[in-house]
Amino acid sequence: MDAPAQPDDSRFGLNRRITLPQPLMLDGGTSLDNVEIAYETYGTLNAERSNAVLVCHATSGDQFVASQHPITGKPGWWSRSVGPGKPIDTDRHFVVCANVLGSCMGSTGPASLASDGQPYALRFPVITIRDMVRAQIALLDLLGIERLHAVVGGSMGGMQALSLAAHWPGRVDRVMVIAATAAMPAQNIAFQEVGRQAIMADPNWQGGNYYGTGTAPDSGLAVARMAAHITYLSEESMHEKFGRRLQDRASKTFGFDADFQVESYLRHQGASFTGRFDANSYLYITKAMSYFDLAEDHGGRLAEVFAGTKSRFCLVSFDSDWLYPTRESRKIAHALNAAGAPVSFVELSAPYGHDSFLLDVPELDRVIAGFVG
Amino acid sequence: MNGATLSTLRPDLALIAGHVRPGARVLDIGCGDGTLLAALEAEPGCDARGLEIDPANVAHCVARGLSVIQGDADTDLGYYPDNSFDYAILSQTLQTTRRPDLALGELLRIAAHGFVSFPNFAHWRVRASLAFGGRMPVTKLLPERWYDTPNIHHLTIDDFRALVKEQGWSIEGEWFLNRGRPTRPANANLFAEHAVFLLRR
Repeated sequence: MDAPAQPDDSRFGLNRRITLPQPLMLDGGTSLDNVEIAYETYGTLNAERSNAVLVCHATSGDQFVASQHPITGKPGWWSRSVGPGKPIDTDRHFVVCANVLGSCMGSTGPASLASDGQPYALRFPVITIRDMVRAQIALLDLLGIERLHAVVGGSMGGMQALSLAAHWPGRVDRVMVIAATAAMPAQNIAFQEVGRQAIMADPNWQGGNYYGTGTAPDSGLAVARMAAHITYLSEESMHEKFGRRLQDRASKTFGFDADFQVESYLRHQGASFTGRFDANSYLYITKAMSYFDLAEDHGGRLAEVFAGTKSRFCLVSFDSDWLYPTRESRKIAHALNAAGAPVSFVELSAPYGHDSFLLDVPELDRVIAGFVG
Repeated sequence: MNGATLSTLRPDLALIAGHVRPGARVLDIGCGDGTLLAALEAEPGCDARGLEIDPANVAHCVARGLSVIQGDADTDLGYYPDNSFDYAILSQTLQTTRRPDLALGELLRIAAHGFVSFPNFAHWRVRASLAFGGRMPVTKLLPERWYDTPNIHHLTIDDFRALVKEQGWSIEGEWFLNRGRPTRPANANLFAEHAVFLLRR
């Protein structure tokens, strides 16, 4: 459908944007017009278009997987795994990473302008993980990628990888799912609801219509991020990192200042998050995750979801991850086994909790490199 | 793939690999570092999968491009549907399971054919060691001491035959090894260090 990829093709490279030519149909029954997708590509698409790897980001992630973040100035969120000579080797693979639908780093979301020129705010339709993947597939269509060599994702990225494999089974050869689940457990929905309520309880939220008012629900979003951040760590890593140590002071202040290092750290995490993330996007994205249940249309029988799949799968969990514990990955592995799919599953030992997939776990590097190939 | 060829495989694994039908679907239960899986995928061109309890081994297998699930032969075989494989293999694993009879039953539910290899506890050297030394035998095939061995259910070739008969399974093939070389079936229970059986349900 397209001419071979050219190095000067404006569709490829860092910091790209594309508008979908067709309305995006959504699980909720509505559709979205003029959806914009912000994305980056790394490496070169080969003539056969057979070396594309889609990397899907997590809740608060973005398309800057291996390039400097434009707001924080930090290296890409997975630059330890994606790049020349890295486990996902951009010397050999053509890597695509797109900001998910509903987010706020350039792809269409609640902060985007609707056809009336005003931000959608809560007029933005509630979306699902499958809707996010629909947008990714539409992007792949525009890039001329019929079939992915691999899709790789951790956490919410892993849910997208599963959804892609389940609903677009002909479009991917290898599916790598790290620290994820096939159905959001109640405890995770509960934590996400705390985050959403914190945002909506902030008077600056204004029913979601805070755009252009000069204020935003920063306090609520910061509390949401603080609560979520706790779930990304392990008790052990928190104890190691902070213990009961005090922050820049010799003794307790007998006040509500951040006496403890852990308090100070969480406040910093919350405050810095508000500088780069939209509160309404946080509501929509966490709701999409809460809704996620891959086997819902199959009476809970996950094996049926993957019946006849031709993809190879690799599932990884971490022993210290209590948010997406090993049993969630194991359930998927057993279902894929029952479906006759080639599947690998390993629980790796790492101390950092759910965040292990983003951190220094050499064994994860080897597993990714071996599986993605 | 940096897989071993048939000639460099451990003798019992080479025997198994040499008797698997090319292109078959195979599950290696307790696949270790994936040596047999790699050989099965390379030479007879099998669709080979593994189950392995040790995470470091699983990570190693996945890094080699093999399909291996971290799991326990005692608890996780139940997740495999009936007849999902042509062959299931228990190489040097039977004696480490909590219930070898149940593990064998699962083996022959998952696959029509099952390869089982195990060290023979009735080999004369083991008998001599126990009879004259009065201590639990430590040999080349059974190098661990009684308190740290994973081999919690030692068995002999005759024990195995008796169980197979009792369960109504049939033996399609049998091979015996002594010091890594084939040895004759006569008096195998005394002279073979190691046995490989091919069972059918």
